[in-house]
Amino acid sequence: MIYFDNSATTKPLASVLDTYRTVATEFYGNPSSLHKLGDKAKAVVDQSRAQIAAILGCKPDEIYFTSGGTEGDNWIIKGTAMAKRQFGKHIITSSIEHAAVGNSMKQLEELGFDVTYLPVDHRGFVDPDDVAAALRDDTILVSVMAVNNEIGSIQPIDKIAEVLKDRPTVHFHVDAVQSVGKGVRDLITNPRVDFLTFSGHKFHAPRGTGFIYAKEGRRIEPLMAGGGQESNMRSGTENTPGIAAMAKALRLAVTDEDKKVAREQAIRTEITNYVKKFDHMRFFSELTPDFAPHVLTMAIQGVRGETIVHAFEQEGVYMSTTSACSSRSGEESSTLAAMNVLQSDAESAFRISLDEENTMAEAKAFEKAFDKVYAGFERMRPQKWTATASQK
Amino acid sequence: MEYSEIMVRYGELSTKGRNRQAFIGRLNGNVAKTLHDFPELTIRPKRDRLHIELNGQPSQPVMDRLKMVFGIQSFSPSVAVAKDMDKVYPAVLDLMNATVPQGSTYKVMTKRSDHDFELDTNGMNLAVGDYLDDKRPDLVVKMKQPEYTLRVEVRREAIYLSTETILGAGGLPVGTAGHAAMMLSGGIDSPVAAYLALKRGVDIEMVHFFSPPYTSENALNKAKELTAKLTPYGGRIDFIAVPFAHIQEEIKAKVPEGYLMTVQRRLMLRLTEAIAKQRGDLAIFNGESVGQVASQTLASMAAINDVTTMPIVRPVATMDKVEIIAEAEKIDTYELSIMPFEDCCTIFAPPSPKTQPKIDKARYYETKIDVEGLMAEAMAGLQITSIRPGDEFMKQDEDIIAELL
Repeated sequence: MIYFDNSATTKPLASVLDTYRTVATEFYGNPSSLHKLGDKAKAVVDQSRAQIAAILGCKPDEIYFTSGGTEGDNWIIKGTAMAKRQFGKHIITSSIEHAAVGNSMKQLEELGFDVTYLPVDHRGFVDPDDVAAALRDDTILVSVMAVNNEIGSIQPIDKIAEVLKDRPTVHFHVDAVQSVGKGVRDLITNPRVDFLTFSGHKFHAPRGTGFIYAKEGRRIEPLMAGGGQESNMRSGTENTPGIAAMAKALRLAVTDEDKKVAREQAIRTEITNYVKKFDHMRFFSELTPDFAPHVLTMAIQGVRGETIVHAFEQEGVYMSTTSACSSRSGEESSTLAAMNVLQSDAESAFRISLDEENTMAEAKAFEKAFDKVYAGFERMRPQKWTATASQK
Repeated sequence: MEYSEIMVRYGELSTKGRNRQAFIGRLNGNVAKTLHDFPELTIRPKRDRLHIELNGQPSQPVMDRLKMVFGIQSFSPSVAVAKDMDKVYPAVLDLMNATVPQGSTYKVMTKRSDHDFELDTNGMNLAVGDYLDDKRPDLVVKMKQPEYTLRVEVRREAIYLSTETILGAGGLPVGTAGHAAMMLSGGIDSPVAAYLALKRGVDIEMVHFFSPPYTSENALNKAKELTAKLTPYGGRIDFIAVPFAHIQEEIKAKVPEGYLMTVQRRLMLRLTEAIAKQRGDLAIFNGESVGQVASQTLASMAAINDVTTMPIVRPVATMDKVEIIAEAEKIDTYELSIMPFEDCCTIFAPPSPKTQPKIDKARYYETKIDVEGLMAEAMAGLQITSIRPGDEFMKQDEDIIAELL
C-alpha cells in the first residue's frame, strides 16, 4: 500500500499514540481539579503549551488549544468579527481558502458583514497589491492561508504582512494547517501575523486536536462559553492526552525539517518528471520554490478525477481528487476554479500529497502503477487526443 | 568557546582585615555548595582569587550560578595553555576570534607570578600585541578604557588567558554576618526580605507556618520552591515547616474576632523565637512593610513584637509595594509568589482585624489559650528540609512529562 493522501490526514505515529495512552491512563485528572491529580494533568497541559510555544518562538500564553483546524478558523474569523464589529464590518480573504474559512465568511455575510474575496492568478497566487487595493477604513480582518491545500501554492504572507504594516489594527489571520514541517516556518512566524490556525492530524497527531496562535494584545471573542478553560477563551475540559500527543507530534514534525523537505521535494520531482512524459497531462502544482514540497496536483485530461482515484486504489495507491473534504460532494475544486482552469480539466484533477514517511521506492512503484492506470484509460479519452498521441 | 577555568575575584571582603581568612573560607564553602551538582569541577581557593577548574564542564551554567553568589566582585572565564609561546599564540587568536568582534579596541595586560618564565611582563605584552597586530589587523590598541582587555597570567603550572570580566552579585558572603531565622510566608514581600538578608551576609533559615487541611500541599511546596530560588545566593537553606492549624483553631475558638490576627501573629513570633533559640540564631527577619496591612501598622507591630526581646529585622519595612514587586521580579520570585494557594494567614483572617490593637488587651486574650502546651505541640511537629540549588518542589512531574512530550 502506498499512502499519498497526507494532506487529507496523516497516520498517527506509534510513539505519539504511546504518549496519548500514557497520559490518558496516568494523568486522567481534570486539569481544573484542585487535588494532586488535577495538578498533574494541568502540568501536562502547561508543559505541552510551553513546548509548542518554544517551537513557534512565541509566549505560552499565545497558544490556545482547540479541536482542530476547522474550529481554529471559525474561532479566529468569527471571534474577530464579534470583537471588532464596532470598528467595521469589512473582511478580506482569498478565493482559494479552505471551506472552514470560506463558509465562515459566508455566515458572516448573512449577518451583514462585507467580505472581499481576492482573486488568484492562473498559478494560484494572491497578489499583495490586491490586498492593498481592497483595504478600507472599516476593514477589520485579512485572512489568507499559507499553503494551499489543493495545489500547494505558498501564498506571499511576507508581502501581505508588508502591506498591512501601516494598518496595525487590522487582524491578520493565516491558516497554517498545511504548513507544519514544510519549510515555511519563517513565513508564518512573520511578526505582522496575528493569528495562526493549526490542526494536529495533519502532522501525525490524533484527530480532534489543534491549536491557534493568538498574538498577545489581539482580542477575539471566545466562541465556546463555559467553564473558563484556556484563560476563559475556549471553554471545555482540556483534551489532555490529545494535547500532549500533539505537542510531541509537532516536535517530531519539525525535527530535521530541512531533510524531510528535501526528501519530499525529491520524490515530487521524480514523479513529475516521469509523468510529464505522457500526453494529456496537465499540472497545477509546480516544482518552483513557491510551491510546498508535499503537494502534486495534476490531471489526466478526459478522465474524471474520481475515476483516476479509484483506478489507483486498485493498484494500492491512495490519493484524493483535490481537497478530500470536497471530493465526496463531487464539486469541482474551488482553487482550480479560482485559477480559471477549464472545467473539464478541473474535473480531471487528482492530488498526491506526501509526507516524511514516503520513500523514493514508493515513487518508483507509483510510476509502475501509473503506466498501468494510464494504459487502461486509452479507451476513455476522446478520439482526437488518441489521434494526437498516435501521430507521434 | 571551551574554557578551562573560571577565575573568581573576591568582593568587599578584601577590606575586612583579619577576618579575611574566615570570609574567604565561607565564600569558598558557599561556592562549593552552590555548584554541588557539577561534579566535574575542581575548586581551588587562593589568597586573593578562587580558581574553578572546569575539567570539560561547559562554562555558561557555572557562570550563571556564580553571578548570584554574594561576596564575588567579578569573575573571568579563562583558557589554560602550556608554557610554550608556540602554543600560546594560537590559543590567543582562538580566544580573541571567539570573543572580540571586528574593529574593537583592546589592550594586553600580563601578570606574572612565575618569574622564571622566558618573557617578563613587558615582553609578554609586546609579543602577544605584535602577534595580534599581524593576525587581527582590524583591532585597535587602546591603553585607556579599551573595550576588551586580554589578560595573560603566567603562573607556575600554566598560562591563563581571558578577555571577559563578568560582574558578580557583590554583597557579603552568606554566613559572615551570622545566623538568623527568616519568617517566610509565600507572598511577595518575604522572599525579597530574605534576599536582602542574604545580601548582607546573613545565613538564614526559613520558618514557614502551614495549616493542613486548611492549606494545601501546594502552598507548602510553593514556599519550598521560593526557598530553592534563594539558595544560589549562598548555598543551602534549611526550611522549617511549623504546624499551625491546631493553634489557629484554638485561637479562633477562644479569642474575640478583632484580636484573632494579633494573637495569631504573637504565637507565630513566639514559635519563631523558640526555633531561633534552639538553633542558635541571633535575630529574626521578616517581610513586614509599615502600614501595608492590618498586622503591619506600627500599633500592630508593637502589640506583636511584645512577645520577644530578640532583634527583629524588617528589610522591606520602608519600601513601597511597587518597589518590592520590582525587586521580586528581579530575583525571579514574583511569578511564584502570586500563585493562588491559600496560606495560613488568609484562611483564618477575620473580616475586620484591629489596625490599632492594644498591647495589654493582646496579652490578656492570649492568656485564654494554653500557649505553652500548644507551642510544645507545634515544636514537636517541626518538619525540617534542607534545600539546595536546583531542587524542585512545584514541578515534580516535569521530567516525567518532558519524557512523554
